[in-house]
Amino acid sequence: MTDLPALLVAAPILGSVMVLLVGLVRERTGWPITVVASAVQVGGAFALAALAFGDEPVRYVVGGYTAPFGIELVVDGISATMVALIAFVSLGILGYARRAGPRSNTFYATYLLLVAGLTGMSLTGDVFNMYVFLEITGLAAYALVATGDGGEAALAALKYLLVGTVGASLFLLGVGYAFVATGTLNMADLATQLEVVGYGSPLVQAAFGLLVVGLFVKIAVFPLHTWQPDAYANAADSVSALISALVSTVAAYALVRIVFTVFTVDFLIENEFARTVLVAGAVVSIVVGSVLAVTQRDLKRMLAYSSISQFGLVVGAVAVVNGTALTGAMIHLVGHGIMKGGLFLTCGLIATATGARTVDEYEGLVERLPVGAGAFAVLALAMVGVPPAVGFVGKWYIALGAVEAAAWPLAVVILASTLLTLAYFARVLERMFFREPTAPATDAETPERTAKGEVAADGTGPNPGPDPAAVSAGMRATVVAAAVLAVVLGLAAFEYGQLLQPTIERLLA
Amino acid sequence: MMELLSTRLYYFVAFLLLGVGAYMLIGNANLVKKVIGMNVFQTGIFLFFIVAAFVDGASPPLLTAPAPYVSPLPHVLILTAIVVGVSLTAVALGLVVRIYHEYGTLDEESIERVMDRD
Repeated sequence: MTDLPALLVAAPILGSVMVLLVGLVRERTGWPITVVASAVQVGGAFALAALAFGDEPVRYVVGGYTAPFGIELVVDGISATMVALIAFVSLGILGYARRAGPRSNTFYATYLLLVAGLTGMSLTGDVFNMYVFLEITGLAAYALVATGDGGEAALAALKYLLVGTVGASLFLLGVGYAFVATGTLNMADLATQLEVVGYGSPLVQAAFGLLVVGLFVKIAVFPLHTWQPDAYANAADSVSALISALVSTVAAYALVRIVFTVFTVDFLIENEFARTVLVAGAVVSIVVGSVLAVTQRDLKRMLAYSSISQFGLVVGAVAVVNGTALTGAMIHLVGHGIMKGGLFLTCGLIATATGARTVDEYEGLVERLPVGAGAFAVLALAMVGVPPAVGFVGKWYIALGAVEAAAWPLAVVILASTLLTLAYFARVLERMFFREPTAPATDAETPERTAKGEVAADGTGPNPGPDPAAVSAGMRATVVAAAVLAVVLGLAAFEYGQLLQPTIERLLA
Repeated sequence: MMELLSTRLYYFVAFLLLGVGAYMLIGNANLVKKVIGMNVFQTGIFLFFIVAAFVDGASPPLLTAPAPYVSPLPHVLILTAIVVGVSLTAVALGLVVRIYHEYGTLDEESIERVMDRD
């Protein structure tokens, strides 16, 4: 038995405390400590992944109390994927955050706490433990959103907190129902006990409903998404990237866990209604998310609505219930994390260099900032699903799974989602590449912006004045790396799908 | 109905609290009252767990007491959930203070008017 699973949760928490303690002695020490902690996390995550992609999941008993009485950490292919994604993305975004900020030590302490919460959610094999990590993740995310500039960020964070808490509370209530029905909290044990109670039991059905709706809030499935656009749009750019890439992603992973590990496929077969709810959530999210994205003027807001639509795809893949779609869901979760994180960083880079934050201000951007425009184009096309990028592979698997399962309405919506994605990205791409730059509309605002820029000189503000010199090599490198990864991962995705097979088969068994 | 009410009274109260909390959270324009609503909502869930643990005529889960015992596990879970709830309230109130400094009001509609004017 390896201690890695427990260490991967403990190390970031320890790092977070270190940042705070060292911060008492010396200021501005947060970044280097966080880099070291994240690098350790990446190493540990990949070592764990190497162990977990086998025939048997890695199990770790916490505190010597054996399951089902104690808490158990279980690592299989999909949890290892999540842990690796979390570690990797959080390290990558540090490269951007160094210059772009926020730079305070408390920011980095919260940053590591978020990593710990997300890692815990991915590793745990206990539903109540999952609730606790869900709340740790939530708390860290609320605080991070509030690091943005001005009252809007605080208001967005409070809204996120209120809605997110209701979501997590519903999840807790669902855990309570499942506990009342079975008397256990261990996921593997719940799976067997729930079957004994009977999948037709109202108690079990209510537990499923509450758990799924609670997670829908956290994933931001339409119409439970209301917190998400404000939170993403008003947070600092590094924070938007981190949260959009990881928080909803891990919530979606939790949905896969709850549906397949705890309730199992038999529950879905017996309760056609449960499946209908999942399909309905998916279809509405994909369509409405895209339509709302098309109507947005602010770039970050558009990307936020785009996330709602992309997570609709993942929920759809869960509703399809077959191996192909589930493989697609995992690939799309990883791909979306890289692509959406990259897009938010690119937006931040462009805003820092040119001050452009709305779709109209992107006109003729390719002449002003070729690196930003190029990276944005690559990431946007990857998101649309142009082969060989990773966005294509994920959607391909999900669509193929829907066709295999003969879920025609869903299959049509999934294919249409590509066009819908194109609808909102084409608008931006056309302005960037095929229009002459208009007289910079930002000039009129420059005095005001500079005033703000002085306040934000310590990097806490998302809106410093346009200044190409403020873009560091690290920021450029991160954005370009994200764009390259979005394409390269697409080439590796088929092999990854093969690697995932044993895990997927176990989930669907 | 009356019999159900008398034997399941605590469950009714738990769900009443959920309803009251949700209503306050959505219906109230004052941000602090929204936070209070969130607390009431969570309290409903805490009560639900504690009621679920109760066994009629059982003793506290102590080795010195005679069997049967009430289930101790939900109490432990709710202790954790209360800690989580307190942290959430602290963060929420911290944000409320910042919002008040920024806008000079706690009324959601007034804040929206101020934001539109800017």
